[in-house]
Amino acid sequence: MINIKLNNMAIQVEKGTTILEAARANGVNIPTLCHLDMASIKMVNKVGTCRVCMVEVEGRLDLMPACAVEVYEGMVIHTNTTRAIKARRTMVELFLSNHPKDCLVCERNKNCELQTLAADLNIRENRYDGKMINHPKDTSSQSLIRDAEKCVLCRRCETMCNQVQSVGVYSAVQRGIKSVVSTAFDNPMTETSCTYCGQCVSVCPTGALTQVNHTSEVWDAINDPDKVVVVQTAPAIRVALGEEFGMPIGTVVTGKMVSGLRRIGFDHVYDTVFGADLCIMEEATELIDRIKNGGRLPMLTSCCPAWVKFIEHQFPELLDVPSTCRSPHQMFGVIAKTYLAKKLGVDPAKMVVVSIMPCLAKKFEAAREELSHDSNLDVDYVLTTRELAAMYREAGINFTQLPDEDFDKVMGESSGAGVIFGTTGGVIEAAVRTAASWLGGKPLENVEFQQLRGVEGIREATIKVGDLDLKIGIANGLGNARTLLENIRDGKSQYHAIEIMACPGGCISGGGQPFYGNDRAVIAKRAEGLYSVDRNKKVRVSHENEEIKALYAEFLGEPGGKIAHDLLHTSYTKRPIM
Amino acid sequence: MAQTNSDTTLYAKLDEFIDSLQTKQGALIPVLHKAQEIFSYLPKEVQNHVAHKLEIPSSKVYGVVTFYSYFTMTKKGKYRVSVCMGTPCFVRGADKVLAKFESELKIKAGTTSEDGMYSIDALRCVGACGLAPVVIVNGKVYGRIQDNDVEGVIKDFLAEVEA
Repeated sequence: MINIKLNNMAIQVEKGTTILEAARANGVNIPTLCHLDMASIKMVNKVGTCRVCMVEVEGRLDLMPACAVEVYEGMVIHTNTTRAIKARRTMVELFLSNHPKDCLVCERNKNCELQTLAADLNIRENRYDGKMINHPKDTSSQSLIRDAEKCVLCRRCETMCNQVQSVGVYSAVQRGIKSVVSTAFDNPMTETSCTYCGQCVSVCPTGALTQVNHTSEVWDAINDPDKVVVVQTAPAIRVALGEEFGMPIGTVVTGKMVSGLRRIGFDHVYDTVFGADLCIMEEATELIDRIKNGGRLPMLTSCCPAWVKFIEHQFPELLDVPSTCRSPHQMFGVIAKTYLAKKLGVDPAKMVVVSIMPCLAKKFEAAREELSHDSNLDVDYVLTTRELAAMYREAGINFTQLPDEDFDKVMGESSGAGVIFGTTGGVIEAAVRTAASWLGGKPLENVEFQQLRGVEGIREATIKVGDLDLKIGIANGLGNARTLLENIRDGKSQYHAIEIMACPGGCISGGGQPFYGNDRAVIAKRAEGLYSVDRNKKVRVSHENEEIKALYAEFLGEPGGKIAHDLLHTSYTKRPIM
Repeated sequence: MAQTNSDTTLYAKLDEFIDSLQTKQGALIPVLHKAQEIFSYLPKEVQNHVAHKLEIPSSKVYGVVTFYSYFTMTKKGKYRVSVCMGTPCFVRGADKVLAKFESELKIKAGTTSEDGMYSIDALRCVGACGLAPVVIVNGKVYGRIQDNDVEGVIKDFLAEVEA
């Protein structure tokens, strides 16, 4: 242990601790901007470039960046001297000097780290008038917008994209005043290998990286008397939406979310978990078929559109390994515009399907040509959790006071298996619940497979089903996915099935979720929320969902049959690395 | 982009260099130096090729190419005139030498003539201060050049290559 003095307090810390870590552990706040440390997912951005965390150290002439300097025996640190405070304020003022002054209409208004810093440092005038950099906004993609003029060069996006996701879209380019974080050759996002996972948006401290906003299109559809607007909500929304309204992290708000959607004016409110159950029917059937009939193994789950785009770019030679199943909300979309439209007596051309997703890649996925019929998209719009929260606020809905209501019938029933789709390990656990009961020929005594749960980036488990040892791999985060895919490519993979989710932790930490800073405990609480929903469900396996049974009996026939195949399965496209 | 036969030779030359390296880690800058020596500039295709060979993202390669002023993405002329603008060359009149080259060859520093014959670059110190001001044309060094020597230098390098 090392003895230091911090603001006249004598404290002991471990060797190797930075001044910042020592201060935070002892209740002293030092502001930061570029710094972001989430070591558990390898997201460590300690570039020390912003100089917002400067502190005074006795015996040193210069101020020192608290994030980058390790403490030493006898170090005497002052974090709140006038000199240190003035230096920090000047740093932030210089950031503001060439930052656009359109906070009032910025996507990150009230949720911007630079704005918060300026307020916390009591900056009340623009003392410096800096030279503005001119970079056109990149609005080329369906998922995210890059506005380099708002970039503070913290390079968190670069660390996330390169170190965690291994995609490598971003790099700092140019030098001096022209420095900017950009893509190769400053190409638009559509001409990169971007998967649209949106993790760069999650870590961006300002409005430099934001989601594409589709709320006005959805309002127009709701207000159009000729349209019947059907909404579905992904599992991960119900355990995160409450955060936007100040509710405790991990609170399950399914009932309030549903009644709020009705008050906004959606005509029918359904659950994407129904789509997840449907997905399991098809995926478990496909897995058993591949195992029994010598098909391509391992089979990879295909619910995550960012992961699908990743394999299309990075491993085009392996496009026969993912399951051909569409993702749950796309299955929902196509069934809504066929089966449900008929039941409701609605012309599919007048039906608008809106998906509420924790994800930015789902926006890209919904626009994929192969996921449409007669040029009518199966899912018309995808909104994120944050966009939905904005709509509630816009509509003047007092979210915390809303009553609890249930989803509509026909496509609103869900099993606990479908609910846990929102966390890493959940999709494969749901698939194992159904596959194991089908292979074993009888219902499971215990539906919880604890060995599939956890937070590590790569996990594996073997599950005994009769005389078969079902070998399962799990990866969350695309860098971890790459490791498993390289093993498959090199013929070293021993698994029957692998679940992959692009975002570390799964959909609950998706790029469309409420911002959570660097606190991974938030993600664990959201996961626990999902597992609690599962525990409280009467039906906990997908194939016992009564509405799913009715769907097959009345419309689809057999899982994996001709109609199911036409409507619920898809194909993948080889894409170059760009 | 389709590669012509001469391109194929150039790429083979670059690959030979990359394959001879002990490790690919940290090799980006030397590889880019070699690539620019071979191709005379670093177009997108070459940068993508380097990224692929070194197994790093193209964005990283582009980041390094745009950071260092030595690297260029503009195609150079058949005759590449480089005028040193380091401090000793500058105080001995390199700015006038550069201006004279610009007016004689009718192009600005950092550009290439439309017919692809000439390009002019202003360099930082080349480390030959005793010869200041220094001009380098296609690797040949001309020392102690004044603006009224420029016409002679042009005649000399044209004759040199044609002969």
